Amino acid sequence: MSRRESAVLAALLTTLSIVFLLSLAMGSTAIPLVRVVRALLHPGDESNPFAMVVASIRLPRSLTAMLAGAALGIAGLQMQTLFRNPLADPFALGISSGASLGVALVVLGSGYGPAVAFGTAMGLRGDLLITVAAIVGAALVLGLVLIVSSHLANPATVLILGLMFGYAVSAIVTVLVGASQPERLQQWAQWGFGSFSGVTWERFKLFGPLILSGIVIAATTTKQLNALLLGENYARSMGLAVRRARFLTMLGASILGAMVTAFCGPISFLGIAVPHLCRGFLGSSDHRVLVPAVVLMGAAVALVAQIVSLLPGGGTVLPLNAVTSLMGAPVVIAVLLRSRRGAFAG
Amino acid sequence: MMTSGGPALQTRDLAVGYRTRRSRRAVLERVNVAVRPGELVCLLGPNGIGKSTLLRTIAKMQPALWGTVELGGADLRSISHAELARRLGVVLTERVVVDALSVRQLVGLGRYPHSGWFGGLTDRDRRTVEWAIDAVGARHLADRDFSRLSDGERQRVMIARALAQEPVLLLLDEPTAFLDVPSRVELMGLLRQLTRDARLAVVASTHDLELALRTADTIWLVMPGGEIVTGAPEDVVLAGGIGQAFEGRQIRFHPEERSFRLLTGESGDAEVRGSGLRAALTAAVLEREGYNVVGSSNACLLSVHVQESGWHAMAEETESSGANFAQLAEFLRARRAVA
Repeated sequence: MSRRESAVLAALLTTLSIVFLLSLAMGSTAIPLVRVVRALLHPGDESNPFAMVVASIRLPRSLTAMLAGAALGIAGLQMQTLFRNPLADPFALGISSGASLGVALVVLGSGYGPAVAFGTAMGLRGDLLITVAAIVGAALVLGLVLIVSSHLANPATVLILGLMFGYAVSAIVTVLVGASQPERLQQWAQWGFGSFSGVTWERFKLFGPLILSGIVIAATTTKQLNALLLGENYARSMGLAVRRARFLTMLGASILGAMVTAFCGPISFLGIAVPHLCRGFLGSSDHRVLVPAVVLMGAAVALVAQIVSLLPGGGTVLPLNAVTSLMGAPVVIAVLLRSRRGAFAG
Repeated sequence: MMTSGGPALQTRDLAVGYRTRRSRRAVLERVNVAVRPGELVCLLGPNGIGKSTLLRTIAKMQPALWGTVELGGADLRSISHAELARRLGVVLTERVVVDALSVRQLVGLGRYPHSGWFGGLTDRDRRTVEWAIDAVGARHLADRDFSRLSDGERQRVMIARALAQEPVLLLLDEPTAFLDVPSRVELMGLLRQLTRDARLAVVASTHDLELALRTADTIWLVMPGGEIVTGAPEDVVLAGGIGQAFEGRQIRFHPEERSFRLLTGESGDAEVRGSGLRAALTAAVLEREGYNVVGSSNACLLSVHVQESGWHAMAEETESSGANFAQLAEFLRARRAVA
């Protein structure tokens, strides 16, 4: 690892720690940083009035943000390398649209009544029902895309296929939105804003291990991703079982994207931007440093987005999805313009 | 097998082509060729005749239709892709687009089939990478960003990456295609050197016929009918195969010079009197203007005498002289315009 790479990783780790503490300090009431640290060190401390808030509300929120950011970052990196396309992200195969279709069917459609009844019978209520609907929707679209794409040799065609599935599914969602009652639209819009606050400790017990294991599995594809840097033909000539690697990478990245979408709503930009930022800072396409950098950067950027969404104060919260996009787009443009040629430019 | 002097590669009644659901379409059939370690083979043939298909089949990037490919005596079908990558290095025509990757890192990717789970490199891997960089003469490029290299430098680095796989056979699909003339000659020289120094077997397809005939140990010439003629370059030339494969209405292959000439029409015979380079260049001007240059004879309509002071042309109806070849060409064109 070069000196520059070590420096970047160290800087990312430091930044992440600082933003992590800041994110715990911010919320409906601001908590002094000293108290935050004390609350973390002594979670059961009765004399600290903020210990309960930090431990039970803000900690799961921040941990969720970090895991979601890291997951979207690493999934985005996988997709960009796999498709050799700077615009690919974890949702490139249309799973984001699939998830919103699932949610739309439950929240907006005539399926609302039966779905709620079914959910109640299964012990699912409210948010968890929406999560399950999102996972089912994403899984259906992903399954379709993977089945069709197994007949395609060209990765670019697979990308277009995902895009087309996404459009088609979004169109169905639009029809549902157009035909739905106004009071249900509110709940639908709420989901579309995206949020890290919906994951309580209860739900984190499911979300945390799922995402964490997903990230660990994704990290083991480092070597394959490096081989794919030169394109699928060269990767094959160097001994990579390309078809299998492609299938597993698409599956893994999409599941990460789908899980995050299901629990936190659609969160755009992170998956595209974080890998670009890391390549820009590191000046390297070597996945052995990119993968850890993307995990740290993704976690940090998600926390920053979380903090920014709370900036208006007084209980007003900006839609997370809007924050990530507004914050990120200029940053990516700056990175691309600063390097002589953008990543992947030839 | 390998060390006992057997071929690095041998095909037996190989047919290559494409299969659709219903049928198999062979591009080349009954291919029986072999390469020994330390041998440089150039694969020649007209465009679209199936050279790339043959190379891709040998590299196991597409299945053979019929027949077998043997690598070091073992059937290609029994060799896994991972194992194959340790025996066979490939340089493809496709342009590699990758940003922010140093030459050393890129060559290091060639260690893929030898490295462990995370692709970490051992000291031995690093030594092999440095050896490969030296072998292609890219020491001065090692820390440069690959995307900022010239086409010729890139091609060298891609070969170094293939060498880092430590193959016994190196396949290259038109490695000289995007290079300028000096880089082409250098690249073929490099391939030749690798066969000598590293006892590597090298097969390179190319359109650079004249260069191939001068550099290769063996030529595989794909004829328009799909038959493959093999042999030393001079034997292939003597047998007349080159002319058969490439000659068209506009070009003729000259075996003595091992090069092609453009035919621009027949303006009649012409003779050149003079000697050395000036005479040769005068003949070149005449040929370009459509004359058939013949040995000294009286039957010629046109005779050009050339010496240090300039040229003097004599035809039955006119004569002229000048100092440089541009004037000669102008005179010849004016004469044809009159005729």
